[in-house]
Amino acid sequence: MSCRELVALVTEYLDGSMPRPERIRFERHVAVCPPCRAHLEQMRTTIRAAGALTEESISPAARDALLDAFSGWSDG
Amino acid sequence: MERHAAVGERSTVDETALLAALRRGDRDAFATLVDANTPWMMRIALSHVSSRASAEDAVQEAWLRCLRGLEGFEERSALKSWLFVIVTNCARRRAERDARSVPFSELARREAERIEPDPLEHRFFDDSHPRWPGGWTTFSPGWEGLPEQRLLASEVSVRIESATARLPAGQRAVFLLRDVEGWRSEDVCSALGISGSNQRVLLHRARHTIRAVLEDYLEGGEEQ
Repeated sequence: MSCRELVALVTEYLDGSMPRPERIRFERHVAVCPPCRAHLEQMRTTIRAAGALTEESISPAARDALLDAFSGWSDG
Repeated sequence: MERHAAVGERSTVDETALLAALRRGDRDAFATLVDANTPWMMRIALSHVSSRASAEDAVQEAWLRCLRGLEGFEERSALKSWLFVIVTNCARRRAERDARSVPFSELARREAERIEPDPLEHRFFDDSHPRWPGGWTTFSPGWEGLPEQRLLASEVSVRIESATARLPAGQRAVFLLRDVEGWRSEDVCSALGISGSNQRVLLHRARHTIRAVLEDYLEGGEEQ
């Protein structure tokens, strides 16, 4: 597995959807290749940073309006 | 990630109970449903329209449609997938540039199946290189040495948000749901109506773009 091939497979690896023999080859490569290790770590960091974005929300007034709409719906 | 309640391709036992409570008119059950799903619905809506007000309107409309469709909702599909389709339609209709009638699943599928150049092509030696076939030509120093505050600084969030907004629609939806909102791949496939491999292609491309944006920022000499 070349570095180029490894980089193309990173998402599959992180998803855990890689067949075992390929996974072993992937991990063996990473163990001896610092730039690929750095790349894998950067991908993990990217995912972590994306997961740390502030949660979105709607205004309390909009939420209240929705709950009232629900009450109207269930009464009707 | 407790807020990312796992929902499979079919309704779970909890979801069936929730639906029954909604159909009985249980307001608290509806409040729970709204609070659990509005954050990601708002993010999806924001990814299609140009203002917060417009996104909020789309989310409101999506919930009202959800209520109207609740009686007929078939539990063969997960509630989240159904909500995704509704909010995507409501938001796209508000965004004039997206007024075309191609279903979102079709749009995402076409995007995944389009051949695109390898974004890191220039970083590798040719596969026929005598010494390092397909190996790295330049090494990134890695980010292990960077302080955690730098990685999670608000500037990083700002860069991710703006880069995400520039992604093609399919990549954007997959990246927002998978990496920002923490959905499982099965749930994303079911919501977008795309195959696992297409979903992975879109996610892979999106992550490469976002990684490159972070690389520019983190390694771009803006340390002080």
